[in-house]
Amino acid sequence: MNALPLILTVFVACAVEAIEALTIVLAAGITREWKSTFQGMAVALVVLAVITAAVGPAITYLPLTALRLVIGALLLIFGLQWLRKAVLRATGYKALHDEASAYLREVTAAETAAKESRRGVSDWYAFTLAFKGVLLEGLEVVFIVITFGANQKNIGAAVIGAAAAIVVVTVTGIAVRAPLTKVPENWMKFAVGIMLTSFGTFWGAEGAGVAWPGNDAALLVLVPVVGLVAAGYVFWLNSRKAAPSSPARESEAVPS
Amino acid sequence: MNRIKAFGAFWYDFVVGDDWHVAALIVAGLALTAILVHAAGVNAWWLLPLVAFAALGWSLHRATARK
Repeated sequence: MNALPLILTVFVACAVEAIEALTIVLAAGITREWKSTFQGMAVALVVLAVITAAVGPAITYLPLTALRLVIGALLLIFGLQWLRKAVLRATGYKALHDEASAYLREVTAAETAAKESRRGVSDWYAFTLAFKGVLLEGLEVVFIVITFGANQKNIGAAVIGAAAAIVVVTVTGIAVRAPLTKVPENWMKFAVGIMLTSFGTFWGAEGAGVAWPGNDAALLVLVPVVGLVAAGYVFWLNSRKAAPSSPARESEAVPS
Repeated sequence: MNRIKAFGAFWYDFVVGDDWHVAALIVAGLALTAILVHAAGVNAWWLLPLVAFAALGWSLHRATARK
């Protein structure tokens, strides 16, 4: 497969995660203290680097068939999770992810928390907030980079996509000094869900022994088909919601 | 013990997510595909997409019909 679709897919997926991490880091840095926030970020990045260094090379030693089966399954399950949330958000069954309100929530919590110095860190709250935010969102980035890169035997291209996303989001965040609320994050998540589901289906089935008609070209059909099916589910849920006797009307709040 | 539980819960939530039925159906779909390919000699490339679409539809139905 050409490296460009791989780089673009990883770029969009990682940009979404980077935007969420940026929101948390900004909330910690602006309302608390930048030094402890940067310390938290730095420690999280070191932990992520260790995980990548440990898991990345180990996974490439697996036979390609086993790798595709396991990673395809994980990617497909992960992708369907994203797609499920994206469809629920698109149909109003789940609140849209809003960086502005996420930022306000973090800021309110950060303003009321007591300042406590611990283990050489002057503001433990800012440290842990930044650490957790960067680590949790970063783990998704690592997962996407390793799964896509290992399957295509091109970890370098996946790393380029992820690094570009992180740089673009960070530079933009520094420039505007606010959460990136204008980014169509929910639609990006919808697109990423489609890509993860398509690649997961393709690799998982290949790992199970299937020979796709057209080999890699099957992905060119699979991606739009997954997109159409997801759009079909949006249409189905919207029309069910519009029906007066529908029981779905009472279930606006779906747990995340 | 609590930390081990929290660690396990984190990875469960990270990989499996809100609806474990989806993960179970995908694993079953992959197993069935492998059986069809290796034991019956059927190139069942169509099975996994069908299972994935059905799993998503069922999960969405369950999530939205819930009170």
